[in-house]
Amino acid sequence: MTLPKFELHRPESLDEALDILASSPGAVPIAGGTALIVDMRGRRLSPPVLVDIGLIDRLSGVRIEGGEVVIGAATTIAEIKESDLIAQHSPLLSEACGLFASPSVRNRATIGGNIAYASPAADTAPPLLALDASVELASASGRRTVPIDRFFLGVRRTERRDDELITAIRFPIPAEGTEGRFRKLGLRRADAISVVSAAVSIGPPADGGRRVRIALGAVAPTPIRARRAEEALSAGPIDEGAILAAAEAAASEASPVSDLRGSDWYRREAIRALVRRLLRPVVEGRSDG
Amino acid sequence: MDERTIRLKINGREREVSLPPNVTLLRVLRDLGYVDVKNGCEKGDCGACAVLLDGKLVNSCLVLAWQADGREILTASGLGSIEHPHPIQEAFADTGAVQCGYCTPGMIMATKALLDVNPDPSEEEIREAISGNLCRCTGYAQIVEAVAEAARRIAGGGDSG
Repeated sequence: MTLPKFELHRPESLDEALDILASSPGAVPIAGGTALIVDMRGRRLSPPVLVDIGLIDRLSGVRIEGGEVVIGAATTIAEIKESDLIAQHSPLLSEACGLFASPSVRNRATIGGNIAYASPAADTAPPLLALDASVELASASGRRTVPIDRFFLGVRRTERRDDELITAIRFPIPAEGTEGRFRKLGLRRADAISVVSAAVSIGPPADGGRRVRIALGAVAPTPIRARRAEEALSAGPIDEGAILAAAEAAASEASPVSDLRGSDWYRREAIRALVRRLLRPVVEGRSDG
Repeated sequence: MDERTIRLKINGREREVSLPPNVTLLRVLRDLGYVDVKNGCEKGDCGACAVLLDGKLVNSCLVLAWQADGREILTASGLGSIEHPHPIQEAFADTGAVQCGYCTPGMIMATKALLDVNPDPSEEEIREAISGNLCRCTGYAQIVEAVAEAARRIAGGGDSG
């Protein structure tokens, strides 16, 4: 099936891209196109103007900058999966990128696109929530940075204005001893949309409690942090009782839908199981467990 | 929609084509006669249209032709021919990994992408590498065997393409 008609710009500089977005009503950025082209072919979207950001060098790559990991928005999921910097500082994001769709999709899909699309099931979202990531936005009129837990507003709705481009995702380098893990449950092991996904990031014990992040995907209109589950673990020892309490809290914080991939009941049960399975190995072999 | 002339290097041969922006790489490849690139789901789910773009496996149905301007494309027919098959193609034929054949060119390109970076893959790595390629005939057992056999043949010193 053919694609609807559109104008395609391929700017080589960020400023040029931002000017086009500012001056072309209805313009939509495109990078890998693995979601956008499918929706255009299905006539769910037909933007009059596409701005391909693939030729702008400075939008891709992983780097460390002032104590933060910075991932250019046009960095592909495959590049993140292979990145030594990501493996070293945020293995849960490496894991999520390894389970993302299929190899051929990972070679095109970008982290900026995955976040911009704001699917409740976006596989990079729970890890980024668990990492306290922020989304860098640029427009012809300025720059701003939005914490990712305020970026998602609803199913496919985000804080990004039409004239803005996501330029990078950044997060603080986790403290030494932080452990993070990601799991997703799909209808098959690869190339599957998550039925439920979960990410945890547990910091080392510290005065005033440890840093705990538990994030869930595909169980609410947006990817969410399970804050009550986090609280269940942030003070006392992380033992079996605390893990069960956290799993229970996480299930109660979700508002899953029933769809062809699973019922709301099933999704809540799956959250309990995923959170337990993610937490147990994190505490095993740790003196504070 | 204005047309633009783009340059593609397809299977080693330079081609110039003029086309509007709403044409996919899949469409232009098939229109130029590279019909080994199959039109399957057009959603990036089936992998029948998979080609190597600058050495990386991609679904050509999800690449706009303009985005491939100036880049190199390798399709299964560029890997080898009936007269001079590539060891991957021979392995697929010899292990009975081909039934209806529709998924085969994409499977072969996924195999090429795997063996280029991992010449001695485990079964798990093989299954992961072809996880974006759907076969509705064989149940994958012979395809996994074909990939392992291709790796052995290439390691054994045949033409590795």
